[in-house]
Amino acid sequence: MINNVKVIIIRSAGTNCNEETAFAFRHLGASVDQVHIKALTAKEKRLDDYHILALPGGFSYGDDIASGRILANELRLKLAEDIQRFIAGGKLIIGICNGFQILTKAGILPGLGWSIGQEATLFYNDSAKFEDRWVHLKVESRCAWTKNLAPQIYLPVAHGEGKFIPRDKKVLEALSANGQIALRYCAPDGAKPSYPENPNGSVEDIAGICDTTGRVLGLMPHPERHFLFEQHPFWTRLPRKSEFGEGAKIFENGVNYVKENLLK
Amino acid sequence: MIWRVEVKQKDGILDPIGESIARDIIDLGFDVAGVRVVSVYLLEGDITREEIKRIGDELLVDPVVEQYSFDLKLPLQSSDHRVVEIAYNPGVMDPVEASTIKGIRDLGITGISAVRTARQYHINGKLSDKDLEAVTQRVLMNKLIQHVVKDPVHVPTSLGVTAPAASKFDVVVVDLLGARDRKLAEISKQGQLYLNLEEMRTIQKHFKKEGRNPTDVELETVAQTWSEHCRHKTFRGIIRYREGKRGKPKIIRSLFKTSIAAATLKLNKKWCVSVFHDNAGVISFDKDYNVCFKVETHNHPSALEPFGGANTGVGGVIRDTLGTGLAAKPLCNTDVFCFAPPDVPMSDLPAGALHPKRVMKGVVAGVRDYGNKMGIPTVNGAIVFDKHFAGNPLVFCGNVGLIPKGMETKKVNKGDLVVAVGGRTGRDGIHGATFSSGELTSESETVSSGAVQIGNPIEEKKVLDALLKARDAGLYSAITDCGAGGFSSAVGEMGEKTGARIDLDKAPLKYQGLKYHEIWISESQERMVMAVPPVHIEALLEVFESENVEAAVLGEFDGSGRLQLYFHGQQVADMDMAFLHDGLPQITKEAVYHQPALKKEKLSKKVADLTPDLCGALSHYNVSSKESVIRIYDHEVQGTSIVKPLAGPATDGPSDAAVIRGRLGSAAGIAVSNGINVRFGKLDPFWMAASCVDEAIRQIIAVGGTLDRIALLDNFCWGNPDKPDRLGSLVRCAEGCYKAAVSFGAPFISGKDSLYNEYTHKGKSLAIPGTILISAIGHVEDVSRCVTMDFKKAGNGIYVVGTTKDELGGSIYLENLGQLGNQPPQVDFKKASLIYRAVEKAARQRLLASAHDCSEGGLAVALAEMAFAGGLGATVLLDKVPFKGKQRREDVLLFSESNSRLILEVAPEHEKTLGSLFKGLPWARVGTVENGPEFIVYGLNKKPVINVFIGELKEVWKSPLK
Repeated sequence: MINNVKVIIIRSAGTNCNEETAFAFRHLGASVDQVHIKALTAKEKRLDDYHILALPGGFSYGDDIASGRILANELRLKLAEDIQRFIAGGKLIIGICNGFQILTKAGILPGLGWSIGQEATLFYNDSAKFEDRWVHLKVESRCAWTKNLAPQIYLPVAHGEGKFIPRDKKVLEALSANGQIALRYCAPDGAKPSYPENPNGSVEDIAGICDTTGRVLGLMPHPERHFLFEQHPFWTRLPRKSEFGEGAKIFENGVNYVKENLLK
Repeated sequence: MIWRVEVKQKDGILDPIGESIARDIIDLGFDVAGVRVVSVYLLEGDITREEIKRIGDELLVDPVVEQYSFDLKLPLQSSDHRVVEIAYNPGVMDPVEASTIKGIRDLGITGISAVRTARQYHINGKLSDKDLEAVTQRVLMNKLIQHVVKDPVHVPTSLGVTAPAASKFDVVVVDLLGARDRKLAEISKQGQLYLNLEEMRTIQKHFKKEGRNPTDVELETVAQTWSEHCRHKTFRGIIRYREGKRGKPKIIRSLFKTSIAAATLKLNKKWCVSVFHDNAGVISFDKDYNVCFKVETHNHPSALEPFGGANTGVGGVIRDTLGTGLAAKPLCNTDVFCFAPPDVPMSDLPAGALHPKRVMKGVVAGVRDYGNKMGIPTVNGAIVFDKHFAGNPLVFCGNVGLIPKGMETKKVNKGDLVVAVGGRTGRDGIHGATFSSGELTSESETVSSGAVQIGNPIEEKKVLDALLKARDAGLYSAITDCGAGGFSSAVGEMGEKTGARIDLDKAPLKYQGLKYHEIWISESQERMVMAVPPVHIEALLEVFESENVEAAVLGEFDGSGRLQLYFHGQQVADMDMAFLHDGLPQITKEAVYHQPALKKEKLSKKVADLTPDLCGALSHYNVSSKESVIRIYDHEVQGTSIVKPLAGPATDGPSDAAVIRGRLGSAAGIAVSNGINVRFGKLDPFWMAASCVDEAIRQIIAVGGTLDRIALLDNFCWGNPDKPDRLGSLVRCAEGCYKAAVSFGAPFISGKDSLYNEYTHKGKSLAIPGTILISAIGHVEDVSRCVTMDFKKAGNGIYVVGTTKDELGGSIYLENLGQLGNQPPQVDFKKASLIYRAVEKAARQRLLASAHDCSEGGLAVALAEMAFAGGLGATVLLDKVPFKGKQRREDVLLFSESNSRLILEVAPEHEKTLGSLFKGLPWARVGTVENGPEFIVYGLNKKPVINVFIGELKEVWKSPLK
């Protein structure tokens, strides 16, 4: 009988935010396995043994051809059934940065289910540059991962291909109508952002979306890089109210969701 | 057959890459309306039309934003629409090619055998053929690694990467025994061996004893092992040194031992775990871990191909970390560059030199690509501009690693297998080690183009992942990286005591047709060599297989004491290891140091409004904001950053040292800083060295580090050491290093030198200014006590600690006045240590709201930076500043770059405690942090000499490198 929250972090060549993502889940009491994609496709490891699947940031396969493309294809071509079963089983998925690109390009997000293939993409930043900067985010959806977050949070982004573009107007409308837009870039006062507040030119300032179940989240910002208080870029100006930073709640939500819904 | 697939954006989708290229073209002075980029894939193999469609639809194209075609028509060429296609030269591998093959196989399409990529640029604008050529050469490609595809739609019949192996070969023997001196010199030159006559004679003598001529690969092996790059002949040789014409000559037996190593030996710190002999210096971190630190230069390659040079520079120093002890895990990068100013006119550049703007862009992108893709944060750095770096930019790449205690030592045992892991071997970087031991000329690009490469960070990341697994499982007994000199250097070093037998044909190759000596000395990137006990070999190969990393057994450390190389069963080298490592003749070099004849600065009679001078200092390229560079580096991956490179509520203030946690969640941290100042060296290399040590230490003190635990690295970049004046100033600089290190109790743990940084053109030799980079690494006991440089709160007191002196020499202020001056800042080591101890205590007691190091631009710049970084104003009274010297004037007080000074911000309630810490030391309250936006400095007569809004100052500071 499994009595603790089990997280699988999928790695491939070029994944590089796996350690800090593992740290976040472990710090909250989950047990974490960092598993190479090869071990999954060779059936040495099974998704069924876990409650949460995390696709961390990095440059899977160098982001060659396009960001996340090759790992997305591996998931789509070799693990589609396992992932469908995982989601249907009420479990959780989070894709951060490269993970978001992978989920989107594999067609798992936004997961409207109208057709096979991509309903959206993450394309080159309008600035044509990789940029590491902190952004303000408005929390909007009913997604399991973003429940009870502060209405506005502060997280870093670090990417060159983060511009969210839906396939067409219909996709965008559906995202909005279904409450799938989890996070939007905003100005510090919550107003409509301009560059660099919206760091990449994303359509409708979209920074993160979830699927129709609310249990699969993809986001460009890095909550694992604001998991601890001292990761805040100007923590030396702020009172230390807790050991945690503003991204911790996202991981806590994931872990608690499993405890409340899957382990009972 | 070969399919050609072109991928481009759908109409109406912004092409940011094309837009950015268009900006670069406009920047060159051409009028273009826009550029569109088309990605080209040439796919070779047994692939059907249906399959090519699937490859397009499911792999090569993003269906939301892109479209593709494989039924090709000629691209539209007209006078206002130009099309250029650029591809890599044969032998230069684009990492995308291997990924594409993998992606195609994942689709279940197995007929694919080779992929080549190219990029097509559609330029919308009126360009003549000459203009187009200029744009192509200066923006779109570098001819060392790329070429223009003459006839794009004419698909070749073969991609030429699967040519059959040449099985027949001849062993080349070099006739050394019969050669006279002239012939010996010729052999050295023609073979690009860079060996001098005495060395050639020594080799000749050795082979006479052996009774035979050497093979080409034997000669290459000696040249590589004895190269300046690998042996540091200048630092380890004999120098006859004197100061001035009549100075008494002094014999220095190994400058390294008498300066750098002597300081470390004298200090004898218990926390120094492994110094100088490994790929990086190792110091203790906490009870479970050590940290290692190494900084290297990659100047010559970066001068020719800035992206590739810097790219492989970062890759190389990361491999130093992987090759330290039994392998350390990289924690962060630090990178320092020296360029000519970006506004230098093309006509002022030496022929053959790339424009500094292009060099900078390429270097920064190269560092970005490697560091970001490996997931190693670039947390710290500096960019120094001086016109003398025009033909010879300096690129310093540093890496800090973490290694479990007990894993810092390694030993090759007789019988261990020689295993190469990582990237495949190609023709890349042949002669890199020897090439970097000579001067550049305007013909260097053609002669040495083989020395230029581009890296594949993902390959190295895979090696890292697999390596740490194998390390923790205890599967190997020693490891080192393949850097300059390739296998020759790695196997030669590891097998020094045991000898080795190598089958060169066992090395996995990028393409067939390599000669045996090319395999041996190739500097292909991302390779490591390990010594593996035979009992572990299967487990080891399995670990590497699980991470998709190639590993090949090349041979054995066989206990013969000889280096024996075989190719397809035939012996091609058989050398005595002892001769290789100890046979190098000691050379005596002459060195003389002349104190340069310099004039004291001429200052205006009366000091007027100094606001323009402050703005001038802030907008000096060296001082100005480097945010545009910092942001494109991932400085936060791994989540360990504590003091980030950008500080303050707007995250744009210039931090001092960077601080990271050693491990996520640990209280202890690591501070990393750099000290570099080229102008001081023009006045006196001794005080340049002392100032750089002081600056690096000062930065660590400023963020909350302790003087108890700071270790240093030295990186000397100098001109040709065979010229006595160059070597003389080098000696004097090394003496400054010794003095400063001993006085501060900060040992050197590793270092590197890059000599021959001269650019010979039309018979005239242009040397870089002798430059030392001091990198420091400090221990931070508790990261929660770290201090940043941004002013925090109105009403807090502003304090200056340390004495400001009449030391304008080499300052930014004088440079802006077109002068150099003659008095470089000196260091009062005793007092400096006491000041740093006091600041350290203040930080420990949490008295400091902010602290900032005073360096380039003096008090004025430091105060202004603190104010605008914190978004707060300030009032400063200059007559309170502790001063010593003759010229007590406002400009001297504000802009002198005297060492050992910091500015502290302290809340009123802590002033008394602060006073007790600084009793007997130079310190004073000089002002107050203000709520308003004004930055006001009152002069000696109590009238304002600076009165300006912080917003204006910030703008001035941010604009030069935006």
